[in-house]
Formats: sequence, C-alpha cells, structure tokens
Amino acid sequence: MEYTAPELLAVAASRLLADNKIVFAGVGTPLLASALARTTHAPHLTIVVEGGVIGPEIQPGRLPISTNEMRAGLRAMALPSITQVFLYAQRGFFDYGFLGGAQIDPFGNINTSVIGPIDRPRVRLPGSGGANDIISHCREIFIVTTHERRRFVERLDFVTSPGYLGGADGRRRAGLLFGKVTRVVTDLALMDFDPETKRMRLAGLQPGVAVEQVREHTGFDFAVPAHDVRVPPPTPEELRILRTLDPDRAFLG
Amino acid sequence: MSEPTFVDARRRLEAKDRSLRDKRLSVEAAAALVRDGDHVAIGGCLYSRTPMATLREILRQRRGGLTLSRNLMCYEGELFMVAGAATALVTSWMGIGLPWGLSRILREFVEGQRVRFEECSHLTIGLRYRAGAMGVPFLPTFSLLGSDLLMTAGARTITCPFTGELVCLVPALFPDVGLVHVHRADRFGNAQIDGYPHMDADIAAAASTVILSAEEIVDTEVIRRAADRTVIPFFAVDAVVEAPYGAYPHECYGRYDADFAHIDAYARGVAAGGAAAVQEYLREYVDGPQTFEAYLERFGRARLLEQSRIARELTS
Repeated sequence: MEYTAPELLAVAASRLLADNKIVFAGVGTPLLASALARTTHAPHLTIVVEGGVIGPEIQPGRLPISTNEMRAGLRAMALPSITQVFLYAQRGFFDYGFLGGAQIDPFGNINTSVIGPIDRPRVRLPGSGGANDIISHCREIFIVTTHERRRFVERLDFVTSPGYLGGADGRRRAGLLFGKVTRVVTDLALMDFDPETKRMRLAGLQPGVAVEQVREHTGFDFAVPAHDVRVPPPTPEELRILRTLDPDRAFLG
Repeated sequence: MSEPTFVDARRRLEAKDRSLRDKRLSVEAAAALVRDGDHVAIGGCLYSRTPMATLREILRQRRGGLTLSRNLMCYEGELFMVAGAATALVTSWMGIGLPWGLSRILREFVEGQRVRFEECSHLTIGLRYRAGAMGVPFLPTFSLLGSDLLMTAGARTITCPFTGELVCLVPALFPDVGLVHVHRADRFGNAQIDGYPHMDADIAAAASTVILSAEEIVDTEVIRRAADRTVIPFFAVDAVVEAPYGAYPHECYGRYDADFAHIDAYARGVAAGGAAAVQEYLREYVDGPQTFEAYLERFGRARLLEQSRIARELTS
C-alpha cells in the first residue's frame, strides 16, 4: 500500500503511545499520531494541547492548525490557561511529549531558534514555543521528523531544547532531574539512545530502507544493531483512519 | 528594553486611579495611552483573541520604538516591524502556523538586526507575566536549564537554598501597557472570557496600564450574576473599549472563527512581495479605514456572520 512520509511518521509515532497515558501533543503529525492511537490501541489515551486543552476529541475534517484555536479544544474536559498547562507538565503529570526540530544532534538536543550565531543569525527560525518546556518536563520524549542530513547534525548552532546535552549525565548536571528523550521517529528509521553514552543509534529501519540510506541522510556517525530490525509498515486500517481524520490532507502530504 | 523593577511597578500602580469608575473610551482615546518606547504586552495567543482593534489604532497613531511581548506572536508582529513601530520582540515563537512556514518579515528584520528578538519558552514567558502579576522580581522553574534560552530569556540559575538542586529563575515582566480582548466587560472593566483564558489575566495584573476591548459591554448586573466567570477585576483596567469583532480576522472563542482565507491571502502576498506586501496591507487595512467599523466593512457583513456561524457550530 502506498503512503506518504507524514503518514509513515504518524503511524510509527502512534505505536509508541500506550493506553491510559497522557500525551502532550502539538499540531500536525503529533496530534494525528495521538488521535490515531486513540482510535486503535489506546482508547484511553488523553491528549493535552499546549494552547490550554485537556482531553479534546479530535474530529475528522476539523484538525486545528494552531494549538490555541477552537478546533484544538473540541469536546475538551478542561481549558486551563497556557501557563497552567505547562505547570501541570512541570509537576510531572504528562507521560509523553512530541517534538520536531530544524537541527537535532546525536544526543537528542534540538535547535528551533537560529541557524548561525544568535546575535547575527543566517536564518531566524520561529523559536522554542513550548518545545523547551516539553522536553524539560514530560517523562518521555519522542522526536518525530523527516530524515535529512542538514537536520541531523553533529553540533547545533543553538540549544533550544535539551536532550541529553553533552551525553551520559548531561541532563542531571544541568539540573534536569526528570524526563528523557527515548525515540527518534523518521521516515527512514527508528532511532534510540545508547543507555550509557546517550548517543543516538539505529534501532530499526522503515520499510524498504537500507542502512546506507540512513547514513547518507545523517550528519553524524551512529551505531547499528547486529541484526536487521524492521519497523512494520503502516496497515491499511491505520492509513484509513489517518485519511479519515485529515480528508483534505492538510498534514498528510 | 529596560524593564521596571518590581518596586517601580508597584509604585506606578499605587499612583494611579484604581477607583470604580466608568472607563469607557473610544479606541482612539484608549490607544493614545500608549507612549513611544513602551513595552506593550499583547493578550490572546497567535491567531486567537488578538486585540486587533486596539493594535490597529496604535499603528494608525504611529507609535514607535515599542517592545512587543506575546506568548506566540502572529503576523501583528510583522505589521509593527514593517510600520517601524516595534524595535524588540519578546516571545517564544513567531509565525502564523505550520502551513505558512517561516516568517519572511521576521527573518528580514531580525537577521538584518533591525529588531531584537528576545526568545523565551512558552512556559517561561507565562511565568514572567505571572511574576509581574504577583509583584515579585522572578519565579523559579525547571524549564530552560541546560539550554541556550537561559541567555536569550535573561534567566539565571541558582542553587536552591532548600534542596541544593539547580533552579532556573526567570525575571518578571512588568509591561507598560497590556492589551486584552475579552468576550464581555462592564463599564468599570470587570472582564469575562469564554473558552481559552491564555495568559490574559496575568498580563492584566502585571501591566501598569491595561486597555481592555470587549465584544460587548454589559451591565454590571450581568457580571454579578456570574462573578465566577470574571477573570480580570475592574481595578486592573484603565480603559474599556467596545469592539464587536475586535479580534477579527483572528478568532474569538465561540463568537467567530479565524478568517483563514484572509490570513492565507496575506501570507501568500508576503511570501511573494515581502515588506512591500505588508506596506500594501497596512495601507488597505490600517491607514485606509478611518474607523474599526469601516475596517470590518472591508470584510463584509455576510463574511462576519458566516465566521460567527462556524464558531457557534464548533463550540456547541
């Protein structure tokens, strides 16, 4: 069955979400992945949205473009202030967080602020939004992004959101006592982190992808598992649900 | 921007008239409360409940040297930069939304060092307003630790005197002026919001001067009957402006949907024409229409009613 990169990402991301948990989801792929999980294996997954929404029911054909518009809060259980939503995250209520990024380094640190020096940027990017807060406070973080060499870089120009910082005990030394980045989901691979060094490594390949392709599209070296691990392709049912949720293909490409 | 200290901010508040009085003003008179060089905090979030009527009038009055702060800055920031009204932005994110990509104007003005971008995270800008609202110089958080945002947000780390752990302290924001658009208010400024509260209550308590615009001005009796809905008390408010569709073309929860066709046309124009397209937009929608009513007429009655119908459908 044919599918687009955003569809592949949403499906792979949805499978990381367990039932009865709470996920902090941004608009686009994370929200689609969360809504898909609720329809398939995790009916009691609660979605939390940055604009101030707890427990919305995302409705087909009514996907929000921003986290703080009416469509993000359909049939929600609570609409707290934005500050309060993030304070719930800091308190430790949220199991999962999803992030993307313009630059990602081998330790899962993310840059969404600037390319080039901060005082004289070559490209001024939109900024953190809630990304820094999500990665600092949610218990488990998944990075979801297309796999491009200019994105996966050895060194960031600016650390917007801290993954493992310098490695092993980087978070602890910076004062980040909780949370960790556990998976990087891309259209080429599923990556995880070495438990000791906290360096990103290959955990599985998306259907039809060779290790060489992942290397070509990654700007740093990474370890490869001894045996070939394959991410199962999206099922027709998963794709059907996604396409029902986003009939205009605003986010599915 | 040199932010007032918590002492200055308190003195300013003590010195102003906080009486229970009729504060209704025209949008022109209210916008005149903004001075060149002020830090203006904008309520709502991105394209939700943006105080557009007041922002438009501030642009019309040609204020300059402003610092604009907002949790997520939408294209109102572009209008202010291109108009030469803003020299600094304090925000966690600026753009319109995923489908429209990077802001070409933000890139041009910040990369060209014509405007300063002081980046916070979404929570920490909220805590900075909250600290201001509490009248304290800072608040502690575990956001920003280990990141380069510590520097751009003007934050510091300290060792917690109780636990010995590292903590990040974010400095309070005490805006000179706060702009908030709400669903209903009485003439004294008691304000009620439906749907998302965003950060408006904190902005209103942190700012020295608050300009409130409301979809409708109601009798105080209406406020008293649902006092639990009042999120901004009158004593925080300095001007009350009646502005139906006052956030348009942005959304107002339950009242009208964002006009995505209009926003999309704007964004396409800017993607193709850059700052010149923003100048054109300013001529057509800011300087052209003499009043906010005349501005709304550009969209047409039928369009406004349709956006209201969609909003009712989405929230019913």
